[in-house]
Amino acid sequence: MLKVEALQSGYGSIQALHGIDMEVARGEIVALVGANGAGKTTLLMTICGNPRASAGRVLLEGEDITRLPTHHIIRRGLAHCPEGRRIFPRMSVLENLQMGAAATAPAHFGQDLERVLDLFPRLKERLTQRGGTLSGGEQQMLAIGRALMSRPKVLLLDEPSLGLAPLVVRHIFEIIAAINRDQGVTIFLVEQNAYHALKLAHRGYVMVNGKIALGGTGADLLANPEIRAHYLDGGAS
Amino acid sequence: MEYFLQQLINGLTLGAIYGLIAIGYTMVYGIIGMINFAHGEIYMLGAFISLIAFLAATTIGGTSVPIALLITLFATMILTSLWGWTVERVAYRPLRGAPRLAPLISAIGVSIVLQNFSQLAQGARVKPLPPVFHGGITLMEGNDFTVSLNWLQMVIMALTLVLMAGFTWVITRTSLGRAQRACEQDMKMASLLGVDVDRIVSATFVMGAMLASVAGLMVTLYYGVIDFYIGFLAGIKAFTAAVLGGIGSLPGAMLGGLLIGLIEAFWSGYFSIEYKDVATFGVLVMVLLFRPTGLLGRPDVEKI
Ligand SMILES: Nc1ncnc2c1ncn2[C@@H]1O[C@H](COP(=O)(O)OP(=O)(O)OP(=O)(O)O)[C@@H](O)[C@H]1O
Ligand SMILES: [Mg+2]
Repeated sequence: MLKVEALQSGYGSIQALHGIDMEVARGEIVALVGANGAGKTTLLMTICGNPRASAGRVLLEGEDITRLPTHHIIRRGLAHCPEGRRIFPRMSVLENLQMGAAATAPAHFGQDLERVLDLFPRLKERLTQRGGTLSGGEQQMLAIGRALMSRPKVLLLDEPSLGLAPLVVRHIFEIIAAINRDQGVTIFLVEQNAYHALKLAHRGYVMVNGKIALGGTGADLLANPEIRAHYLDGGAS
Repeated sequence: MEYFLQQLINGLTLGAIYGLIAIGYTMVYGIIGMINFAHGEIYMLGAFISLIAFLAATTIGGTSVPIALLITLFATMILTSLWGWTVERVAYRPLRGAPRLAPLISAIGVSIVLQNFSQLAQGARVKPLPPVFHGGITLMEGNDFTVSLNWLQMVIMALTLVLMAGFTWVITRTSLGRAQRACEQDMKMASLLGVDVDRIVSATFVMGAMLASVAGLMVTLYYGVIDFYIGFLAGIKAFTAAVLGGIGSLPGAMLGGLLIGLIEAFWSGYFSIEYKDVATFGVLVMVLLFRPTGLLGRPDVEKI
């Protein structure tokens, strides 16, 4: 579904990705874990064309999307729920969701809105509230909901658990599983919370300093003593 | 009292014109964070296009004045917005992502180019247009002073109201306006939602140029004279209006325009007409010193 080959990218003269190879198959949840600054966010952003890859390829359903402008990549069926959520703070919840549907046909807006609000009933009560005044958990729900408004084939999630209370984290992860299971959306998930992420995912990758160091099924990676030592210290619950 | 009322009417008329230009500054600033110093020149081009279109419409077709004005209005809106679009395309878009100073210098360059272009194409002499509207209504007969509101002032205020209402509707209610606000708040995120950011920026320049072109038409009719240099002063005054209202704020631009118009009218009415520009720039300096966010500018309080 989504395939990355020998991908290199960075910011100006700083190279952040040193040849990434990875793949997400249709219907899978794949998790990417790694330390701060490993390049996880850079990988997701490079898949979306910002920053541009300096070498290598990104394939979506077998088609090369590496050189397309960001908005064309998105319109091919990718949705990106970015690090830090990036809710439009001075827009209402409803308008944020409308922006999520900006690139899709207006005909099925009502249907999509209903689907998202069923998933996040909390948002339904707050449709007219300004995005910037939502709590962190609500903002994360809105960010995911907004991404789903475009009926994506592949959903990229960058640290959806960042800064949330454990109970809310669990809720968000349940929803991610439901999106994958019930709506058939393929998910590529970046997480600091390696335990939750690898438990949820079918497969996982570990990124170290801009390279993929390890890959395998979620269960295998969780069982790997090295990973337990590096990423799960005290994190397992 | 009568004198005061008359200055109020004059000030509101002037303010409507400044407000229309100020919107272009504030919108472009909101969306790409640059002061488009060539915007005054776009207004100047709007005035020239209006003059030419009006003369053409009246001489060629022998059309009646209202129809000629309508033709002029549409011609100047379309042609001037084409200029606005071109300026962004040629002079600013290649510099997106460059240090902030680069597009600013480019804007000053564009401004000089456009001034010289119209000086070459139209000559440096002042262009007159004989009065088109005659008469008006007398609001109040004083002992030694009559307050009057002429037809042209009414047309200017009414047209401004219509444009502002339509414009507000576009920004708050349409998907284009929503995308513009999204780009203003987080351009990268907007692109991650499939918004073609370049198209939205172009639309913003086109809308700003359209409003400025109507201001150009109004000034041509109101003062009856234009020259290639009018964009400079009007541009700075409208910029002052945008800063006074709070740069980036649309209601602020409208309010700032009205206030600058009123300040100018009352200053020249009660103090000295020679120093009316000084009053405006005094306001600019004061605002920048004491309230840089302007009257309706927002101090950023939202958590992001
Ligand atoms: N806009 C930028 N300009 C310059 N360097 C950047 C930029 N964004 C990230 N980097 C650098 O690129 C490297 C990878 O950063 P990235 O944000 O991809 O890491 P990450 O794995 O997502 O980390 P975290 O878990 O903290 O989010 C880091 O060294 C970072 O300093
Ligand atoms: Mg990151």
